[in-house]
Amino acid sequence: MDALLSPSLGTMVWASIAFLLVLVILRRAAWGPILKGLKEREESISNSLNEAEKARQEIENLKSDNEKLLQEARVERDEILREAREIKDQIVAEAKGLAKEEADRIVTNAREAVQNEKAAAVAELKSHVAQLSLEIAEKVIRLQLADEDKQRELVNKLLEETNVN
Amino acid sequence: MLCGFAFTVLAAADATAVDHPEDGHAEESFKAGEYIIHHISDAHSVHLFGKHSEGIPEVSIPLPVILWTGDGLEFFMSSAFHHDTEGKVKVPLANGKSVVNYHEKILYAADEMNHGTYASVDHESHQPIGMQPIDFSITKSVFGMLMIIILMVIIFRAVANGYKKRPGQAPKGIQNALEPLIIFIRDEVAVPSIGEKHAHRFTPFLLTVFFFIWLCNILGLIPFFGGFNVTGTLGITLILAGFVFLITTVSGNKHYWGHILWPPGVPLPIKLILVPIEFVGIFLKPTVLMIRLTANITAGHIVILAFVSLLLIFGEQSQALGLGVGVGSVLFMVFMFFLELLVAFLQAYVFTLLAALYFGDATQEAHH
Repeated sequence: MDALLSPSLGTMVWASIAFLLVLVILRRAAWGPILKGLKEREESISNSLNEAEKARQEIENLKSDNEKLLQEARVERDEILREAREIKDQIVAEAKGLAKEEADRIVTNAREAVQNEKAAAVAELKSHVAQLSLEIAEKVIRLQLADEDKQRELVNKLLEETNVN
Repeated sequence: MLCGFAFTVLAAADATAVDHPEDGHAEESFKAGEYIIHHISDAHSVHLFGKHSEGIPEVSIPLPVILWTGDGLEFFMSSAFHHDTEGKVKVPLANGKSVVNYHEKILYAADEMNHGTYASVDHESHQPIGMQPIDFSITKSVFGMLMIIILMVIIFRAVANGYKKRPGQAPKGIQNALEPLIIFIRDEVAVPSIGEKHAHRFTPFLLTVFFFIWLCNILGLIPFFGGFNVTGTLGITLILAGFVFLITTVSGNKHYWGHILWPPGVPLPIKLILVPIEFVGIFLKPTVLMIRLTANITAGHIVILAFVSLLLIFGEQSQALGLGVGVGSVLFMVFMFFLELLVAFLQAYVFTLLAALYFGDATQEAHH
């Protein structure tokens, strides 16, 4: 029993040497690299996670950028369409105006031409009437010289002729 | 609790062993106390099987005996004693004297045999008389410890190589097997007890202590292999606790010593009581570490051996009785082995955790 309860000096000496030795060896050859490796791996894992998070954020940003671009494009398209519609309306309106003006001008021209024709016709008629009157007057004058009755008869006859005409 | 039970068993067994010698049958009958003590005590050889004193050829691994005699170092293998532990085989030394192995103590031999032994002992108390050589032998426990140390260096170098060869990658093989334990000691023992700031200084020591104690405990549980009781050997646990004491004392800061030697905010009369208690505590804490580990591991061995003894005692009475008791005994032993596997880990953990707490105390910064 006393061998169990009293520490032996030799055992203590060996235990000190052995434990110190294993402590020094393992500290140098094992615990150092192991703890360093663990720490590095933990850091690299947490870095990777952070980077993944960052990448995710970037993709998110890119997505929202795309969304924004698309929205802008959509707005721009609408704008362009609206403008085109406006231009079309404007062109149509302009064309309508021009056509109306042209039509008005043509009508006016036609009216003027008709007026002119009419005036010319009236003038010609007038000159004809004058001619006829002159001819009648000549004939009247000639018959007057012969017989008064005859002259009268002649004028009547001529008048009748004129009426017929 | 287990300890108490174990030592009660031991005391009872001892009592029966002491009671019987007058019977005359003492030589033949099985002495459980001696049997158990023999198996848990340190020895000068690693006993494998057989029993020399009963004429069964004994096979054991001889270990070097190293003695300091005052005239110089003496060295021989323990096989020179021819398995004798009764002090009957003399081994001559270079200085003219000779020694015997008397119950695993190496003592000078007398010229005449007295009470069946050459050992120079008092035959009442069995204590050695006069100057004796100082024993620096590689005993069974030292041998077991050296084996564990070599194993640890091999294992943990392999683990470290894993980190060097494949930095930043998932662990593989033995590295994978031990990494959880290493991380456990670092993150669950060292850091919470000592604090993030100082933990890294103590982690290598804590890892070494934890794996050393755990592997030594497991070595003690391997059957048919010498029955090592490394962490149940007081000399070894004393040194482990001594390292804890040294590190705590050396790394103790002003705050730590202040609280021990002049506790702040305590009235003077109380200080007079408290300071001696605190001072004793410095030594008491590692002593408790030592006793807890030694007692728990030894107790486990004693309980298992007690069940073996039970079987042998009843077997001596009658074969049938031995067989009947044997079944129960073996079942209990299996249960005990599982329990001891748990205790092996638990005691290593408790020792490491308490050491970490003491280091934490010593390096704690003032916080009030």
